[in-house]
Amino acid sequence: MTTRALSSHPPARVPGSSHLEVQDLQVHFKTDDGVVKSVDGLSFHLDRGQTLGIVGESGSGKSVTSMAIMGLHTAANAKISGSIKLDGQELVGADRETIRLLRGKRMAMIFQDPLSSMHPFYTVGNQIIEAYRIHNKVSKKVARAHAIDMLDRVGIPEPSKRVDAFPHQFSGGMRQRAMIAMSLSCDPDLLIADEPTTALDVTVQAQILDLIRDLQKEFNSAVVIITHDLGVVAELADDILVMYAGRAVEYGTAEQLFNEPQHPYTWGLLGSMPRFDKAPTDRLMPIKGTPPSLIRVPQGCAFNPRCEYSEQVGAITKTERPNLLDDGKGHFVACHMSPAERQRVWAQEISPRIS
Amino acid sequence: MISYIIRRLIAAVGLVIVISMVIFAIFYLMPRIAGASPETLAGRYVGRAATGSTVAQTAERLGFNDPVPVQYWNWVTGVVMGTEIDLGSSVEKCPAPCLGYSFRNKDPVLPMIIERFPVTFSLAIGASVLWLLFGVATGVLSALKRGSVFDRAAMLVALAGVSMPIFWTGLMALSIFSYQLGWTPPGASYVKLTDDPAGWAFGLLLPWTTLALLFSAQYARLTRAGMLETMGEDYIRTARAKGLKERQVVVKHGLRSALTPIVTIFGLDFGLLIGGAVLTETVFGLPGLGKMAIDATKNNDLPQVLAVVLITAVFVALCNLIVDLLYAVIDPRVRVR
Repeated sequence: MTTRALSSHPPARVPGSSHLEVQDLQVHFKTDDGVVKSVDGLSFHLDRGQTLGIVGESGSGKSVTSMAIMGLHTAANAKISGSIKLDGQELVGADRETIRLLRGKRMAMIFQDPLSSMHPFYTVGNQIIEAYRIHNKVSKKVARAHAIDMLDRVGIPEPSKRVDAFPHQFSGGMRQRAMIAMSLSCDPDLLIADEPTTALDVTVQAQILDLIRDLQKEFNSAVVIITHDLGVVAELADDILVMYAGRAVEYGTAEQLFNEPQHPYTWGLLGSMPRFDKAPTDRLMPIKGTPPSLIRVPQGCAFNPRCEYSEQVGAITKTERPNLLDDGKGHFVACHMSPAERQRVWAQEISPRIS
Repeated sequence: MISYIIRRLIAAVGLVIVISMVIFAIFYLMPRIAGASPETLAGRYVGRAATGSTVAQTAERLGFNDPVPVQYWNWVTGVVMGTEIDLGSSVEKCPAPCLGYSFRNKDPVLPMIIERFPVTFSLAIGASVLWLLFGVATGVLSALKRGSVFDRAAMLVALAGVSMPIFWTGLMALSIFSYQLGWTPPGASYVKLTDDPAGWAFGLLLPWTTLALLFSAQYARLTRAGMLETMGEDYIRTARAKGLKERQVVVKHGLRSALTPIVTIFGLDFGLLIGGAVLTETVFGLPGLGKMAIDATKNNDLPQVLAVVLITAVFVALCNLIVDLLYAVIDPRVRVR
């Protein structure tokens, strides 16, 4: 495990000064089958007003990361180490009450399925009022006015009527708007959106993404968008972190990631986006195989069993884990291929096929 | 909402009618199918030395000579509109709701029911308060501390609780607490609430606890299962993400959802108990409806049996109705329909 220390440098802007600083985060779960290393040495940082997209397949550790930041891993078998600093305050190992008081107020979260994420027995208004009154000592009347105001701001028509409706009386998009209103009710400076549009119709997805972007500008908050959909991060993110098997494999600005992706896994993700400007046979280039078990992560590069270039690299890919290294321009890649080779493959083989 | 209530009310009335038909068929039709003649039926209600003519008279007087549907119709009209009852020596007016006169001692049934109902109701209400408190609290704690020593111990006790029959736990409790330790009054010591509230509660303490032990066990298991499921829901995560205190997360967001199935079961259990906790009343010598039903069945006192069954049916239907309405209060998604 000596490689971890080397592998965990974030893009070198001004280290330690960001709003959210995650350093060498590890979230392990002890189970009967073995230790599940859901997140295993992850580092990133995020400033206010910026958006970070965390991309990866199911089981790559995206949601576990967000839950760790929010302090929502309550299971007795969860072991969290490393460092998460919000505005300089260390969250890993902080006592539960401290984290609870930050939740909702300093950091808030939007979940994937707004129907199951809102309590079916309470009105939308009640749930927003509840969220607001946890952190603000105000009367119910004031909180209700605030709830109506929030519903108005997220674009729900007739908010003073809809405030008394139950979640099941809302459409999917409206529910997600209400969920966003609830998350933003205490004006948090960090917003984590975990697959915020996955459960929604395509037409509504764009509206919700627009809304998140507008509200981010308005509140000047730091936003983490977690998704498996590169289209979503293309829309919103300033920086993108690609996760595989609990670790970052590529980390850079959105331009770098989309214009000159360097990791074979990222190429695979880009190739997996359906495109209608191509002939049907060329539309999809799926990644072969399935994500690895997080109990038995492959030796060496975790991606090597699915990588088309593993043979070019040789035996090292099966023995040594590649470090997340800066290419000199703040673009980090964890791959055994040489930077020159990657540039060549991208320019000559991948780019013509998918862009 | 009002049409919903009316629909449920009609359904409840229908249910009671069907139950009364079934029970009438069991006690009046089945013996006929099995080959009993009106005379053999009537023979159970005259002395051993009765002559053939007395038996024939009794059969006629009790209506056994009529076809069973006619007998049922007479009984129903009696319940709804009142009737006149021929006791042989005299003819008594029996106003609605007429539940008939005992075939044995020729006493009217309704006053018996009215006298015994408070006993059963006292037993049911006290026991249900106890088991709801203990059962739900134990279930919640067990779910929250899943796998802990408390959880294992509580579930073991619960398993023992559902496995032990009342006639064993009741007798053991009586033998230990009343007769050996002398802490609680002996069996058959019911006093009216209106006469002596403290004595009422004290006298019922043991029956309440015994009955509650049985039900607490079931409710603890149900609540535990419900809580385990609910606490894994997405909206619980949302409640935590808001920064809500864990206690409020558990009570306001978790328990409220987990209670929905409990309310259903409780409606049924409570309704059935009103019809008489037969075993408990027998063990503790409480003069309630359950005891009455047992004695009446043993004596073939059909009007009494029918009366108790009717009361039970009415209460089960009523409790179900209340549960359905409560559902709409608890879960807003039900209200739309």
